[in-house]
Amino acid sequence: MLEVKNLVVNYGAISALHGISLQVEQGDIVTLIGGNGAGKTTTLRAISGLLKPKSGEVIYHGQNITRLPAHKIVAAGLSHVPEGRMVFANLTVLENLKMGAYLQKDKAVVANEMDYVFSIFPRLKEREKQISGTLSGGEQQMLAIGRALMGKPKFLMLDEPSLGIAPLLVKTIFEKIGEINRERGITILLVEQNANLALEISRYGYVLETGKIILQDDSTALRQNPKVKSAYLGG
Amino acid sequence: MELFFQQLINGLALGAIYALIALGYTMVYGVLRFINFAHSDVLMLGAFAAYFLAPGIAKVLPPHSFASALLITILAAAICAIIGILIERLAYRPLRNRPKLTVLITAIGVSLFIEFTCQHKAVFRSETRRFPELLPINDYHFGGLVVNSNDIVVLVTTIILLAAMWFIVQHTKTGTAMRAVAFNMQAASLMGIDVNRIVSFTFGLGSALAAIAGILYAMKAPGIDPLMGIQPGLRAFIAAVLGGIGNLPGAALGGIVLGVVETFAGGIPGLSNYRDGIAFAMLIGILIFRPAGLLGKATVEKV
Repeated sequence: MLEVKNLVVNYGAISALHGISLQVEQGDIVTLIGGNGAGKTTTLRAISGLLKPKSGEVIYHGQNITRLPAHKIVAAGLSHVPEGRMVFANLTVLENLKMGAYLQKDKAVVANEMDYVFSIFPRLKEREKQISGTLSGGEQQMLAIGRALMGKPKFLMLDEPSLGIAPLLVKTIFEKIGEINRERGITILLVEQNANLALEISRYGYVLETGKIILQDDSTALRQNPKVKSAYLGG
Repeated sequence: MELFFQQLINGLALGAIYALIALGYTMVYGVLRFINFAHSDVLMLGAFAAYFLAPGIAKVLPPHSFASALLITILAAAICAIIGILIERLAYRPLRNRPKLTVLITAIGVSLFIEFTCQHKAVFRSETRRFPELLPINDYHFGGLVVNSNDIVVLVTTIILLAAMWFIVQHTKTGTAMRAVAFNMQAASLMGIDVNRIVSFTFGLGSALAAIAGILYAMKAPGIDPLMGIQPGLRAFIAAVLGGIGNLPGAALGGIVLGVVETFAGGIPGLSNYRDGIAFAMLIGILIFRPAGLLGKATVEKV
């Protein structure tokens, strides 16, 4: 469904990704783990069009989307929940969700998706009139995911959904991610620093180190891998 | 007492024009974080567009009629909306990811370019022209108060436009997208919002308001020239900062406050020559004591 071939991204003179290749099959949950500065966020940003790669290709459903602007990539069904959530803090919860469905012209479809989002994150329904900037970190993460779902994506990229969130909420959010994948058949590419969580929920994983993929395997195998264990799973 | 109300009405009418112009400054600032100095020149172009349109429209609609004034205004606003969109497309968009100072200096350049091109003898020339009477001018007497019909037109137009703006920004999808783009352009593009289109829309809307403000301004002071936008533009810029730059109700409030204060100051013997001084003193005062403006919220700069 998604194929990344030899992606190279530079920030000025500094090279952030030196040729990343990865593949995500339809219906899968794939994770990208690695330390700080490994290039996980850069990979997602290059796929969703927020960054222009220097070379390499991103093929989505057979279509080369490498040079498309971000808003056209969304229209193709590929949605990105960015690092730091980036909810529109000046808009209400409801307005944020509506922006997620910006490209959807059919009001009935929007209402339908809204119901679905509220069913998986009832907290958002309670806060729908609230200005998003006043939500807690966990609620903002729910909103960011909910907002992405409003666009009816076929492919969802999540960047550090556990970052800065109370442990109890992290558990809920990861359960919901699994649920979204199972019930809606949405393919997921997950970036996480919390490798334990990420390998638990995913089927396949890539390990990124300083802009290169150093390891890739089934998630269960990665969890047993001594190298992954010592570097990312805390022994 | 009569004098007080008389001055209040005059001040409100002047302030309403500042408010309309200030909206354009503040909207562009909200979305792109720079001051579009060419905004005041779009106002001038709006007045000139009406000036040149009036004789033509007079052939189809009776002059001085409401319908003809409305048609002239709508056409002038449309022309200026296109000019505003073109200015952004040609001058500002190529610099979108450059330091804001670069864009700011470019804006000053665009402003000077328009002002001096329009003064050329092949364009509008530098002389002052008499602005046509778009609507019949009457004085209405209420007790001892004299209210000029132009002032009523200004106030009514402004109220309608402010309400329309509020509706567009708060209650339409495009308006919500404007606020989303203003908050975070990248996040907005991840929603499928074409940021360039929203920026164009913002410039179009702001420029249309400037054109209408230019026509109202010209109706009140019936001489127009290529530099006519500078004074009201500067005042409106102060008004936008006064109300809290980036804040729409703030721009409206700032414009009205500035117009009223300026008019009252102008009415006090000995102070009438200090109108500009008073406007700038207010600006300095607000920058010292309430840097975010009257309605602006203090924001912590993210690092």
